[in-house]
Amino acid sequence: MASAKEMKALVFGPVFANNPIALQVLGICSALAVTTKLDKALVMGLALTLVTAFSSMFISMIRNHIPSSVRIIVQMTIIASLVIVVDQILKAYAYNVAKELSVFVGLIITNCIVMGRAEAYAMKSPPLMSFLDGIGNGLGYTVLLVIVAVVRELLGSGTLLGVEILPLISAGGWYQPNGLLLMPPSAFFIIGLLIWMLRTWRPEQQEKH
Amino acid sequence: MEHYLSLFVRAVFVDNLALSFFLGMCTFIAISKQIKTAFSLGIAVTVVLGLSVPLNNIVFKQFLAPGALDWLGFPDTDLSFLGFIAYIGVIAGLVQVLEMFLDKYVPSLYNALGIFLPLITVNCAIFGGVAFMVERDYTLAESAVFGLGGGVGWTLAITVMAAVSEKLKYADVPVALRGLGSRFIMVGLMSLGFLSFSGVSL
Repeated sequence: MASAKEMKALVFGPVFANNPIALQVLGICSALAVTTKLDKALVMGLALTLVTAFSSMFISMIRNHIPSSVRIIVQMTIIASLVIVVDQILKAYAYNVAKELSVFVGLIITNCIVMGRAEAYAMKSPPLMSFLDGIGNGLGYTVLLVIVAVVRELLGSGTLLGVEILPLISAGGWYQPNGLLLMPPSAFFIIGLLIWMLRTWRPEQQEKH
Repeated sequence: MEHYLSLFVRAVFVDNLALSFFLGMCTFIAISKQIKTAFSLGIAVTVVLGLSVPLNNIVFKQFLAPGALDWLGFPDTDLSFLGFIAYIGVIAGLVQVLEMFLDKYVPSLYNALGIFLPLITVNCAIFGGVAFMVERDYTLAESAVFGLGGGVGWTLAITVMAAVSEKLKYADVPVALRGLGSRFIMVGLMSLGFLSFSGVSL
C-alpha cells in the first residue's frame, strides 16, 4: 500500500507543479469556452474531475482483463457512460447551468486529460491510486479554468459568481467593462500569458529551439 | 439553396470550430508547425466531419430522438440520453471503415493521412460538430452542409496558423514565451481577426 505522502503527491502534484493544461496542453478544447462565467467554469471543473477520477478507477479495476487491442474502445465506453451520468444529473439538478454549458459537457468524452490519464496511469496502477491521480489532474484543470474565468468575469462584466464587485458605469458606478474579455480571443490571450508567467517562474519548463 | 450557402459560410467563418469554440485545440497546437502536415490533418478532419455529422443525424433522427422508434412499434421511447455513447461509437466505427477503405482503394490518400486518421476519433472538433448538430436540430441536408463547412473552417484555421508558425521561427521571442505561450497568443490574434466576420450573413 502506498504511503500517505505518495497519495498527497498524486493529488496535489498536478495542481501546480505539473499542471496538465499548462504543461502538457491537454484538454484545452473544452476548457476555454466555458470560462466566460465563474459558475460555469466551476461546474465544468467539477464534472471533469469526477469523470476523470471514476473512469480511472473503473479502468484500473479491470485493467488486467482488457485485451490491449481493444483497450481504447473499452476506455471510451466507460468514459462515455460516466459523462452521460454526469450530464443527466446536471440536467436534473442544475438545468440552467447545464443549458449554458451546452455541448461542452459531452465534450468531456473526447477530453485528452481523461483519455490521457486512463492510458498513461490507470492502465498500470491500482484502483485507489488511479482514483487519486484522476482527482489531482481534475483539480489541476479546475484551478486553471477558475483563474481564467475569474479574470474574464471580473474584468468583462464586473461580477464574480453573479455578484457585483466592480460597479459598472452603466449602473451608476465607475468601472467601464472590457467587452473583449467576454469574447473567445481573450481566453487564448489569458492562457498564453499564464503560460508565460508559469515558465518564467519555473524555467525548467521552457522550450528550447 | 441560399439557406445552405449561408449555413456553409457561417460554419466556415463565423462559427469557426477552432477559433470560436476552441474545438480540436489539442491537435491544433501540437500539429500546426508545418503547413503540409496541418493541411493533411485538415483534409482528414473535413472528410470525417462531412461524413459523421450527417450519419449521426440519421442515427439521432431514426433511433434516439423522442418518438423516433415509432416504426418499430415503440412510439413512447426516448433514447436521447444514449446519444453520447452512440455518436462516439459511430465516429470510431466510421474512422475505422474509412481507414480500411482508403488503404484498399486510395493508397496515396491513405499514406498522406495515415497517421492522423486514428487520432481523429478523439478530436474534439468531430464530436463537437456532431453535438452542435443535435443541439441545433439540423435536418439531414443541413447537417451535411454544416459538417463540410465546419471541416473547411477548421482546415483554414489550422493551415493559416501553421503558416504563421513557420514565419515565427525567425522572430526573437522571450525565452519563457517560446513555443506554447506564443502559439496561444497567436491563436488569440487570429480569433480576433475572425471576429470581424461575425456580421457576415447572406
